[in-house]
Amino acid sequence: MKNRIKKATTHTVQNEGLLFEVSRPGRTGYSLSQLDVPEQTEEMIERRLLRDDDLAGMPELSEVDVVRHFTRLSTWNYGVDTGMYPLGSCTMKYNPRLNERIARLDGFAGLHPLTPAPLAQGALEVIRRLEECLTRITGLHAVSLQPAAGAQGEMTGIMMIRQALADRGDPRKKVLIPDSAHGTNPASAIICGYTVHTVRSNAEGGTDLASLREMMTEDVAALMLTNPNTLGKFERNIEEVCRIVHQHGGMVYMDGANMNALVEVARPGDFGVDVMHLNLHKTFSTPHGGGGPGAGPVAARETLEPYLPFPRVVRSKDGSLTLDFDRPKSIGRVRAYFGNFGVLVRALGYILTHGDEGLREATEAAVVNANYIAHNLKDTYDIPYPGRVMHEVIFSDKRQARHGVKNADISKRLIDYGFYPPTMSFPLIVQGAIMVEPTETEGREELDLFIAAMKAINEEAAEDPEILRHAPHTTKVGRLDEVAAARKPVLRWQPEGRQK
Amino acid sequence: MANIPEDLNYTKDHEWVRVEEKRATVGITDHAQNQLGDVVYVELPKVGDTFEVAEPFGSVESVKAVSEIYMPLGGTVAEVNDSLNDSPEQVNDDPYGDGWMIVIEIENLSQVDSLLNAAEYEDYIKEEGAE
Repeated sequence: MKNRIKKATTHTVQNEGLLFEVSRPGRTGYSLSQLDVPEQTEEMIERRLLRDDDLAGMPELSEVDVVRHFTRLSTWNYGVDTGMYPLGSCTMKYNPRLNERIARLDGFAGLHPLTPAPLAQGALEVIRRLEECLTRITGLHAVSLQPAAGAQGEMTGIMMIRQALADRGDPRKKVLIPDSAHGTNPASAIICGYTVHTVRSNAEGGTDLASLREMMTEDVAALMLTNPNTLGKFERNIEEVCRIVHQHGGMVYMDGANMNALVEVARPGDFGVDVMHLNLHKTFSTPHGGGGPGAGPVAARETLEPYLPFPRVVRSKDGSLTLDFDRPKSIGRVRAYFGNFGVLVRALGYILTHGDEGLREATEAAVVNANYIAHNLKDTYDIPYPGRVMHEVIFSDKRQARHGVKNADISKRLIDYGFYPPTMSFPLIVQGAIMVEPTETEGREELDLFIAAMKAINEEAAEDPEILRHAPHTTKVGRLDEVAAARKPVLRWQPEGRQK
Repeated sequence: MANIPEDLNYTKDHEWVRVEEKRATVGITDHAQNQLGDVVYVELPKVGDTFEVAEPFGSVESVKAVSEIYMPLGGTVAEVNDSLNDSPEQVNDDPYGDGWMIVIEIENLSQVDSLLNAAEYEDYIKEEGAE
């Protein structure tokens, strides 16, 4: 077989036991000084609360055992610091190190969240400045930085809409969501007590206006729209969409998870959106993928501003910043203190180091990169919704399926070629979807390697489909049995002899 | 090509229906299970629950996605296939047999007329695939 793999090669990977298995009796990672006071355990702690099994099964290890174990495990990983991570919809862009450094400054990292406002002016300034930046970027009126993730931002926004409609004496029952929206949108609407109704997409991948007109009745509270949507398409009729919803007294919620395609180019407030969230961990480059933490700020139009979570950071007449808890219409707190503050510091760092022009260039590069991939692969892979895309491109496995090769096989084989797999089988309206989002971070060399890998995999699909069906071959762990893992999960390690 | 038994009725949401007098047995079609991939969990309603036509009555989770399943006819749930709790793979292995999901006590028999027959369902999935 021809060697088509250019980027990746093999390197030594050691066998690795579980810590439980490499344990040796008596080995420790500490050395305590002699106890020089009487031992009082039984008088201090009730007998029934004391363990009598001597922590059976707990691993006994030295410090170097533990450090090497986790360092070796980390080398099996693939992260955005290893190479291109084209996980569509997740915006796995590089996280600039400068922002890490700023977030670790003692004044930020060591500040207690209950520090009185007069002594925490710097931190409050970060919050206020970031709110102002995001207000300007979204074209809306005000921002709350409290929500700690995109989905929490969605829920916060929908709670605000629900409260505003209740105050208007017009509580409603339904939320409309296009079939190209993010999967969390229906969950957020249902948790807020609404029923969800799906609006179909048209052949171009936009909202079908005729369906929307038909479904948009007086009992619809809101339309939740992802723009650009999960087909990587900008909603061309967005103004008309908003007009139809507003005409019937509803509100437009925008899922801003794909805002990295719009920053400094188009503003949701200008095209009629009432409330939206942003994902700082996507668009504004704060680290995620290892569980975050994330941040899902909510931006709202002036009429919805009173419903934002409290406290609000406000500027007093003397220029200092204070906390305003007197917000009678607010939906309340959605998160302790001020959300994930360290993430907010990083996002502000990203915005200020780029400047308006830099942010626009990042947006343009993200869109150019996605279109570069789409253009170079359009003759190799099916693109179910063709034409210009925004920040990501959705392929399907239709052509390769003829050889019995599915999207999962293509994605797993990409690992052998040195790339993280794209998002798969999403959006649901594309059968066999492969969703590729390169982000602006990647240079042309890396994009070309990715394109070459995808083309090579297509050739393999015709010549030797078995190699794809059993990929990856070069990783420490091969293809896992996802079905068995989901049907019969083993959730807890059991010591030898206790296994069921 | 998907297996589409002649003697059943179908919906555009890919449920199959076997109507016997006032009761209807419901499951998802061979085409649907094929599109979903390996089913790992099936969430079903309780006996006695009542739903309107087209209302979701449960969901099917595969390694790819979670999909809702919709009432082909309005009515009350008379039986539930509890064996899918432990063996969801029956939906893949035998969608029209052991993979059945619920039996409905039909509320309004006239709704049966709006279901698709086998030929109509076959045309519908061809159309969907061509899009």
